[in-house]
Amino acid sequence: MRITRRQFVKGGVAAFTVTFAAPEFLSDLARAQGARARNFVVLYLSGGNDALSMLIPYNDPFYRSRRPTLAVPAANVLQVGTDASRVALGLHPRLTGLKQIFDQGHLALIQRTGYPNQSRSHFQGTDIWSTANPANSSGLGWVGRYLDSLPSPVDPLVGWNTTGALPHVLQAGHVAVPAIPNPATYAFNSPNSGAEARAERTSAVRLAANVPTNQPQLAYVYGSTQSALATLDRVATVASYTGTVTYPANNGFAQALKAVAGAMVRSIGTKIFYVTTGGFDNHSGQNVNAANGTYYNLMATLNDGLLAFYTDLSNQGLHTDTLVLTFSEFGRRITENGSNGTDHGAASVMFALGGNVKGGLYGTAPSLNPDPGNPTLENNGGDVTFETDFRSVYARVIDQWLGADSRSILGGDFRSPSLTFV
Amino acid sequence: MPLAGDPQIEHLLRRAGFGARPDELQLLGQYSIAQAVEYLVNYEDIPDDVDSHIGGAGYVGMTTAGGFSPATKIADARQRWLFRMVHSNRPLQEKMTLFWHNHFATGYSKINGLLGSTEAARYMAATASEDPGHVRGQMEMLRDLALANFQDILVAIAKDTAMLFWLDGRTNTKAQPQENFGREIMELFTMGVGHYTEADVYAAARVFTGWNLTRPGTATDGSQHYEFAYLANQHETTAKTFSFPIYADSGRTIPARPAANGLQDGLDFIAALAHSPDTARYLATKLYRFFVSESGDVSSAFVDRIASTYLGTRGEMKPVIRAVLLSPEFWSPDSYFARYSWPVEFVVRSVKDVGWTGFSLGDTLGPMANMGQALYDPPDVSGWDLGQSWFSTGAMLARMNFASTLAANQKFRLATAAKPSARTSDALLSWALDALVTTPLSSANRAELANYLVATGTWTGTDAQLQAKVPGLVHLIAGSPEYQLI
Repeated sequence: MRITRRQFVKGGVAAFTVTFAAPEFLSDLARAQGARARNFVVLYLSGGNDALSMLIPYNDPFYRSRRPTLAVPAANVLQVGTDASRVALGLHPRLTGLKQIFDQGHLALIQRTGYPNQSRSHFQGTDIWSTANPANSSGLGWVGRYLDSLPSPVDPLVGWNTTGALPHVLQAGHVAVPAIPNPATYAFNSPNSGAEARAERTSAVRLAANVPTNQPQLAYVYGSTQSALATLDRVATVASYTGTVTYPANNGFAQALKAVAGAMVRSIGTKIFYVTTGGFDNHSGQNVNAANGTYYNLMATLNDGLLAFYTDLSNQGLHTDTLVLTFSEFGRRITENGSNGTDHGAASVMFALGGNVKGGLYGTAPSLNPDPGNPTLENNGGDVTFETDFRSVYARVIDQWLGADSRSILGGDFRSPSLTFV
Repeated sequence: MPLAGDPQIEHLLRRAGFGARPDELQLLGQYSIAQAVEYLVNYEDIPDDVDSHIGGAGYVGMTTAGGFSPATKIADARQRWLFRMVHSNRPLQEKMTLFWHNHFATGYSKINGLLGSTEAARYMAATASEDPGHVRGQMEMLRDLALANFQDILVAIAKDTAMLFWLDGRTNTKAQPQENFGREIMELFTMGVGHYTEADVYAAARVFTGWNLTRPGTATDGSQHYEFAYLANQHETTAKTFSFPIYADSGRTIPARPAANGLQDGLDFIAALAHSPDTARYLATKLYRFFVSESGDVSSAFVDRIASTYLGTRGEMKPVIRAVLLSPEFWSPDSYFARYSWPVEFVVRSVKDVGWTGFSLGDTLGPMANMGQALYDPPDVSGWDLGQSWFSTGAMLARMNFASTLAANQKFRLATAAKPSARTSDALLSWALDALVTTPLSSANRAELANYLVATGTWTGTDAQLQAKVPGLVHLIAGSPEYQLI
């Protein structure tokens, strides 16, 4: 059920108008007119995802020679067709759920995303992807800047970070995104019970209201405290959510997505979500092929979590309201190292998933020919060079999904007409 | 010499330690600031007998499953370190160990995945005297070298078993050098990003080829273990040229050497990194944020001065830390309560302030994970995200809820301790704010806390009222934003 171009444009324009006209994130007026929520899930693959093991140019003659132990046999990849440069591509064999979503037309794979002089540092790379600013990566996160652009007052539960610490991408100037790793423990405890406990909570709320605005360091902690106390009761309604499918129990990523789905189903007002799955820094023993190998397991975690999430949302008619976008700090070197792993590289693959995503292959695959003159590579043929600036992907999401102006949020015009995934 | 005032000693102990026990305040209260700093930095003069008190009456408790075994169980190792933070008479040694732990951030989880939980705890936390193979875990090494020469610390970390697993040095071979350690020693451990090139990363990887592991001992008596060994046959012997000076004559090339002498490549490289002015400034900046202030910009005067001390002493950490603790920036009124406490600092200070008799450190481990800090297991090699990043809503709730748990646990002891000061609710509030020192509360919030004490009935000061209100008040103060700043 691929959506038509016309429907897609209509949906985009509706959101665009609403956000600028309405005093709230999605106005009551828009709801009355039938506009649905627009949920955005940021998914960070931490450690530097090896794009070439996720979306595999399995017929490239240099793929196997440069990765003698890591290459996936051509017969095993999940073929997704050929891209604009006629390179045949396949998903990692464990990504069967993502393949289903791809076949339904709702998974967009955006190849060779990155930026000029890409950082190979985890630290700096993550900051750059988070701020969308390769020149100065110490500022606010790009999603944080989007939240700051919302008309105030902003609902303290507009965002939900499923990890313990605030990720850089969500760092905002005046919107504190709550961190809720587990809705069941997101509660106000007391050494007392009954009326005494209630009196404590009342006092805690009143204390947190007196923000010392002339002490910014302290005021920040007040902001978190206020936001926590203001969101407790709504979050508690999500704790009991079980979903229409079974989310794998031993998969923390899937459990985080269950909470995200619960927040959507319970309509508690949250629109921006952050989830992560880690372990991608595979310098050694990457083991792409064996069942239960390191990278194979990473793909299993990713696939099983996203499939459960997408299916659960589809069952409840919410998949079309939801967009998932991935990023990772860098791709990895093309040639495997001596420890059956890969070192830090440059451009990578991003993907977008959702019921309103126009799926398919965007951009072109690199040629893996190590010739230093190969224009799709850099660093003497060692790394993949970027084709699509990652900020163009962000721009598309900001303009067409979040209904804001990418030029003001990204501080430049990164719009790219060929990126029509949403 | 004038004595230091209590607020000064408390400031010093919040930063150079983990807050102040009453006996620490009393002892250091007899000293001038200079004497107190000398006392802290010359900790080798104080007996290191804290571990002998584990399990003793009058000390904080522990929760163990099947016998206390910090060399093989990470939960026990975490409790032992927390015990030391609460009860050690060498607070600066524990504080510097924590600084190095974050600086050389090595994660238990990865080693657990490779070797299993017993071995992972061992290489992170065992003391040589308790391990059948005399393994000294990474944190014990850092604790032993907490104020040593930075070059010696770097050499020890490069040879550390946990590090050789964590950053894959053990798989860095002649045939295919592996860049993980070579990159991070420049980016995160010494000079910082921007001071090296990609070509330097390749060269650094080649430098450390052969820095690997051997496995002596026997399995039957538990002495079998991994330890550092230089494997000459894995060393890549050609010359390595860098973009920055390696030798005193500004030479940038580590010469080709016979494989048998190849260990020297790494030693030359580490010496160059340790004596780099970029390293001096990188460390000085980190020390400013750790010891002095997270508010505003890093003081360039401080960085210049501390970097100069560092370079002048060839990387001796004791004079460097002494200079930090005696610096005008450290003692500026603006630096008081200008640092966001780490979860471990908040937890230990709360225990020192609220009380520990009958409390178990086992009850800190889950809450600390929810606050974002599991000791021995930083999220990645760049360490924990510090400062504001600690204060997500979930983490702040975890802090508030830990304050609740601790106050509930100490309920009767708190009520008894407060009783002499409970004639009026205001006197009680003053008592509590003396016990739990914070950056000054606004008058509005002091009034709010006073209101809390009479919110459910007039003040009587009965035992029943104290047993409800004192823990409630301690919960509100220790869970306040003010108390989170140190």
